Formats: sequence, C-alpha cells, structure tokens
Amino acid sequence: MLSKDIRNHFPILDQEVNGHPLVYLDSAATSQKPVQVIEALDRYYRFDNSNVHRGVHTLGNRATDGYEGAREKVRKFINAKSTQEVIFMRGTTTAINTVAQSYGRANVSEGDEIVITHMEHHSNIIPWQQLAKETGAVLKYIDLEEDGTLSLDKVRETITDKTKIVSIMYVSNVLGTMNPIEEITKIAHQHGAVMCVDAAQAAPHVKIDVQKLDCDFLAFSGHKMCGPTGIGVLYGKKDLLNNMEPIEFGGEMIDFVGLYESTWKELPWKFEGGTPIIAGAIGLGAAIDFLEEIGLDAIEQHEHELAGYAMDKMSEIDGLTIYGPRDPDQRAGLVTFNLDDVHPHDVATVLDMNGIAVRAGHHCAQPLMKWLDVSSTARASFYLYNTTDDVDRLVEGLRTTKEYFNDVY
Amino acid sequence: MSTNKLDQLYRSVIMEHYKHPKNKGVLENGNVTIDMNNPTCGDVIRLTMNVEDDIVKDVKFEGEGCSISMASASMMTQMIKGKTTEEAVKLAHTFSDMMLGKELDESIDLDDLEALSGVAQFPARIKCATLSWKAMEEGVSGESQ
Repeated sequence: MLSKDIRNHFPILDQEVNGHPLVYLDSAATSQKPVQVIEALDRYYRFDNSNVHRGVHTLGNRATDGYEGAREKVRKFINAKSTQEVIFMRGTTTAINTVAQSYGRANVSEGDEIVITHMEHHSNIIPWQQLAKETGAVLKYIDLEEDGTLSLDKVRETITDKTKIVSIMYVSNVLGTMNPIEEITKIAHQHGAVMCVDAAQAAPHVKIDVQKLDCDFLAFSGHKMCGPTGIGVLYGKKDLLNNMEPIEFGGEMIDFVGLYESTWKELPWKFEGGTPIIAGAIGLGAAIDFLEEIGLDAIEQHEHELAGYAMDKMSEIDGLTIYGPRDPDQRAGLVTFNLDDVHPHDVATVLDMNGIAVRAGHHCAQPLMKWLDVSSTARASFYLYNTTDDVDRLVEGLRTTKEYFNDVY
Repeated sequence: MSTNKLDQLYRSVIMEHYKHPKNKGVLENGNVTIDMNNPTCGDVIRLTMNVEDDIVKDVKFEGEGCSISMASASMMTQMIKGKTTEEAVKLAHTFSDMMLGKELDESIDLDDLEALSGVAQFPARIKCATLSWKAMEEGVSGESQ
C-alpha cells in the first residue's frame, strides 16, 4: 500500500463535512487535485498566460512551450510513437464523438457493423447510436458473462467481416471489470475493423501502452487522473488521423485560408480548432508528473489491495450485494453495491451525513443497469489517496445506514 | 452522526408512505398517462389519472425510486384525488415553494405533505420529491387544454 502521506498533497481532503472528517470515495466520477496541479494552473495564469502558436513575444513562447511540453508528457504516459498522435480535447466524450463523426462518417456505410458492449458508459454508446442512425449501420452489443466480464468467445462471435469499428471501455466505471483490450484489438484487426478504447477509467489507474495494445484510437479525460476538468486526450494512429477530416473548423487548425477553399495544419493541430485548452493541458502535464513520480504500478497495486479489503469487509454486511467480478484480480479499484432494499439515494444521503462521499444513481450506464436488473446502485471508488481507514469508515457508515433504516421502517 | 438532520429528512410519516404507499398501481380506466423520469438518478414514475369535468376522479402511480420520491408520490396522489385540476396545480405550486424553502400560504392544508419540508435542506434530494408533482402537473394541464 502507498503511504498515507500522499493525502497531504490533496488540500481538499483536509476538511470536515457534516461534522465528520471527509472520506472521498467518488474518484471514478472525478478525482481530487494535488497541490502540484493547483499550483501549475496558478503559475500559468500568474506568469505565463498567453495564446499559443502565434506570439513572437516571450509569454507566447512560454505558453506554447508549456502546452506542447504537456503533449510530450502525454505521449510518454501512453507510449505513443509521436506527439502527432496526441490530440488535446475537452474530454473522453468529445474524443469519442470525434472518432465517430470523422472516422465513422467516412468509413461506415449501410449494412456495416459497429460493435460495443453492454457495460459501456453513455459516452461510448450514444456517439455510435447516432452514427448507426445516420449511416444505416448496425449497432451490435457483446453480451456480458454473469459476473460482468467479457468472454473472448462472445467477442469472436460478435465481430464479423462487416464490422468497421469496435469501441470498448478499458475499465468499467460500474463493474470495475478490466477488459482484455489487447486480445479484443487483435480480433478486431483480424476482421479489418479499427479498435477504439474508452480509457476514461483506465488512465488514472493502470499503465497504458498504446503500442502494446495496438489500438487505433484511445480516449481519456484529465479530471479523473488528478488533472483539471475540461481537458482530455484523443490518441489515434498517425496514418488514420492523417486521412481523417477535422470536425471543428476555424482558427488554429488552418494552414492557408482562401475565400472558398482552405487547407489544414498538420497533425495534431488540425483537430484542435480554436484557442486550445492551454491551462488544462499544462495542468494535465503536472498531474502526469505527479502520478509518474508515485508510479502507475504502485497506484494500481494500492487500489487493488484497497478494493480487495473493501470487498471483504463489505461482504460481511448482511444484505449487501456487490456487482461485478468477485475475483479482485479481474477488477479495478471500485465497488458498486446495493444495501438491502434501501434505495442507493438514501444510502448516499446517510453516508453524506457521516462525511462519506459516494455516488448513487445509474452511473451514466443505463443499458448496464438494465442488464443488472436494477434501477440504480451506489458506488464507492478509490484512488491513491484513499486508505483502509476510509474503507473502515465506509463500512461503519453502511452499518449505520442499515440500522437507521431498520429503525425507521 | 448528524441524526437530527437526518431525522428531519426521513420523518416517520415519510417512511410510512414509502413502506405502505397509497394509490400504488395503474388505473384501468384512466384517461391520462404520464411517464416521467429523473435522468440524473434513474428514478421513474408512471402516473395514471382519470380526469373528468376538470376533476381528478382517480389517480394511481407506479414507479421506482428512493424513499423521498416514492413517499412524495404517495402523498401527492392522496392529496389531489377529488380535487379540481386548478386546485391540484395550485397544490403543486405550493409544494414547489416548500421545496424552495419559501414562506407558504397558511390557508392551504398541507396534511402529511408538511413532513417533506425537511427536504428543502437537502438540495440534492429536491428533484426526488418533485418528480411525481411535475408528472401530475403535466397530466392535468395537458388534460385541461
């Protein structure tokens, strides 16, 4: 396990909520920010703020260096071959929409197939629903196993020679399932399809290597990995990106502009129309520095142990149902659950009164809720700053919740 | 823990409505059906009403949601049954004011509904309480057009 001192880097954690020390267990929704990231944003706005790629002046150069420096940090972080393959975007949602609208519209036609799974987040469902509707393509879902994992046999059954795009989440935000992306990518490629990976829940927690995965596109958000909101990344293989049209047109992304025709900048800038998210990128770069100093392997191990500890302790509570794989080796650091017939909203409210922040609802995965046959669930998600003490507080809070509702019933 | 504040939210009358909801089900002879959901949390409600001559003759609800949303729906059906559509809408507005923590018209008999006043202190839960009322308001105003 990581040292408890890591908490000291996160000033927000040092506060009381409803009369109790805060226990933040909602990092899968958004993570907290270390002081290193907060200071990087502050420093940028205090000393370097300027527009990028155009100023001759010193501040312009500093801002450009900061922004492009962050791109290099991202490149290294995901082991992309070139910074030309790293495009800054608002977040995972924008990145997946870009793939659907640019690559999808140009390469998918009537009768073709797009393959996703039943566990996807809405951000990896609706862009494909829309693309299927526009093009007349068929949207197919890979069925889940009973424990909420994917079987490669079903992957093979679903992907066919008609499949043009396969888009699957790396780590489930509800089940915690870690999907075998490398193997699925191989299957997709055997059928000539491209593989798009929603890595929103993976990037904060596991070491990503896009060359090893061999995926064609990969999307993630900064705010779930200690970075600011409003910044995310689309990785794409250079030869694919080179053949794709931008979906946003305007400043920053142009080469020559005529009255009736224009040409685009080279990669990655042709996909970054408008003044880019400069501060956000610099903040994301600081977050990557912070995470790499601790080490992604150590973070993954820490969360793995914490989730295992939480599953053990929570299983001892009568009437508590945990969703997703039981085997801790198959899952990431979050536990989705329901407590008896107490509605998750009510669970979350009682926990909040005890200073414990968890998520309650459908987690932007309505089709998955339907598959689980529940209307909503509660979720505790862990990050590098959580400790076994936090889990103990959660378990105590859940026992209180149970008692409270037993009493009032 | 802050049991006092919690007790203001989960008053016994609310839990009673949650455990033993009034008017639960679907009206066979209803002439108004409204489906509504709260997309942020997944709560759903189906409200069926029989509205004749601008009077809510009968009403039933079915749905899934937390104690607050289901108890509120139960109370709502209890209160509007037999009322004119105008009175029902007025009640909905009064309830909405209550959720916003506004001063209320004392001449209106709130009955069990008063128990939900504590929800105003839990901003994240206000939408739970108002779901069924919004459905009802849409139902009766659509009907009276």
